[in-house]
Amino acid sequence: MSAILPPAAAGSAAPNDPAIDTGRGTGLWRDAFLRLRGNPQAIVGAAIIGIFLLVAILAPILAPYGGDDLPGRTSITPTTIPGPGEIDGFPLGLDRFGGDVLSKLIWGAQASLLIGIVSTGLGLAGGMLLGVLAGGLGGWVDNVIMRFVDILLSVPNLLLAVSIAAVLGQSSYAIMIAIGVSQIPIFARLLRSSMLSQRGADYILAAQTLGLSRRTITMSHLLPNSMGPLIVQATLTLATAVIDAAALSFLGLGGGLPQAAEWGRMLTYAQVELAVAPQLAFLPGACIAITALGFTLLGESLREALDPKTRRK
Amino acid sequence: MLRVIGKRIALLIPTLFGLSVLLFLWVRSLPGGPATALLGEKATPEAIARVNELYGFDRPLLVQYFTYMGKLLRGDFGVSINTGRPVLEEFATRFPATIELTIVALIFAIGVGVPLGYAAARHYGRLVDHSSVVLSLIGITVPVFFLAFILKYLFAIQWSILPPDGRQNPRIDATHFTDFYVLDGILTGEWDAAWDAVLHLILPGLALGTIPLAIIVRITRASVLEVQNADYVRTARAKGLMERTIRGSFILRNAMLPVVTTIGLQLGLLISGAVLTETVFAFNGIGRFLRDAIFGLDYPVLQGFIIFIAILYALINLIVDLSYSVIDPRVRVQ
Repeated sequence: MSAILPPAAAGSAAPNDPAIDTGRGTGLWRDAFLRLRGNPQAIVGAAIIGIFLLVAILAPILAPYGGDDLPGRTSITPTTIPGPGEIDGFPLGLDRFGGDVLSKLIWGAQASLLIGIVSTGLGLAGGMLLGVLAGGLGGWVDNVIMRFVDILLSVPNLLLAVSIAAVLGQSSYAIMIAIGVSQIPIFARLLRSSMLSQRGADYILAAQTLGLSRRTITMSHLLPNSMGPLIVQATLTLATAVIDAAALSFLGLGGGLPQAAEWGRMLTYAQVELAVAPQLAFLPGACIAITALGFTLLGESLREALDPKTRRK
Repeated sequence: MLRVIGKRIALLIPTLFGLSVLLFLWVRSLPGGPATALLGEKATPEAIARVNELYGFDRPLLVQYFTYMGKLLRGDFGVSINTGRPVLEEFATRFPATIELTIVALIFAIGVGVPLGYAAARHYGRLVDHSSVVLSLIGITVPVFFLAFILKYLFAIQWSILPPDGRQNPRIDATHFTDFYVLDGILTGEWDAAWDAVLHLILPGLALGTIPLAIIVRITRASVLEVQNADYVRTARAKGLMERTIRGSFILRNAMLPVVTTIGLQLGLLISGAVLTETVFAFNGIGRFLRDAIFGLDYPVLQGFIIFIAILYALINLIVDLSYSVIDPRVRVQ
């Protein structure tokens, strides 16, 4: 019986269901938040991100040493690198430069998250600009922008980022911009198609009937209602950005000192000692993977929460 | 069919033209300009002036662009800064290695991914399903180069059952004429050489194949889930068709469309992955060559490769589109 009722009617039959707040009416985002709260996958993802964010912010307090410091320089020899628990004062051991692995992992969290968040912010902003222009104006503007996006899409992300980093020189800013720009095409496409799918909606027709200007309709009605897929994509992209940032600094494009506290960079130098000190590769690698996992879990729960098809009845 | 192909190739032209303009501007915006990019960062001012004159970098931009375009159209991608050999020649000698690697990666990704995704959908909500979801999550979130480290550490260093790096044991006296080492070994009947090359492909192939594997599992699962409850499947059941026929000709075949698209879209990921995987396994293919090009800012190599990949990408997309009509007759009619 309830299967043939429209969702609103089914909701009024169960007013105590927290997902359907009949009293105040539920907005899309409030509804999504309520559903996220009840999804263990989302909670695990948010917890992982929360912990890493906290570590990143509190790095100056938590880390025993500075990121580029080499406190254990005198304790390493070409043949011995003290591992975890083998030497006092360095719980996770030392790396080949004499850096404290624990401190570097903590500072690395800061570097990775900063690059991830800033680059995704850049990509989102750039993609939104292009997407709004293409989806809002249509016509030849749309055509030109989409052809440009096609060109960018035909270059693999990593190569695009590398090309941009080559122009900007080697620094972590270059990496942020490079990854950010390489993300623009996907956001632009997503926003455009999302806006196009909303264009024929009744509320747009209503706004047009009221005589609102095209700009007002695009910015105040079309854009906010088209943001869902973008928010989901941005969360998922944070995972890719963290991985890509590590890949770029793994390839040696990060700039800075060789002992810089970046997860990708730590992996570069761990290659040589893989047989004698595998922890030097496994610890930063695990950090990258867990951070990416956190963003992916959260992003996918968000997708589920925002997707009307998968909403719980 | 021919008209479709012709139209698609015609559509490729503006994209390639745009790309060539972007690349042209890119080289000119490199720090130090194109002469420094050609000679490397340690070039003397005299050498730079000579190169500027020789290559016409001091002439108007538009003239430069047409010269550059003319060279590209003749297949002249310039000379690699790192090795001093023509870019195309370098690609030709290294591509076979990466193609071998990619084939192994794709065999692994498709061979495991499609059955696993199918099994997960058939047993929705059961153990197979849950483990496939977890597996694909791991595949997406673990960076390729880290996975390569783990595989290398476990299989090559800890257990010593597979070679840690390279394409072939240098002590094996192998004849090479196609640069596909496995194929060479088979064609010349040097079975030990072929087998050794296969062994060298396993670890990098696994590492490279994991990301497409994860994606293929997810897409197959989602696609089969959607198709298996479709009306025509129910009709087929009602008609009393054999379960095997229903699964093969109705569910799997219809579910394959999005999977084929996804496999086609993996190219970019595979190339980026090859750069990283080949670096870890010292595998002498195009990926490792690119890594060196990235490191030494070997711009003719990077530029040539980007154009090459853009064309390859378009061709693969074309093949994917054409394969739809083989899988789904409805597309053929349209």
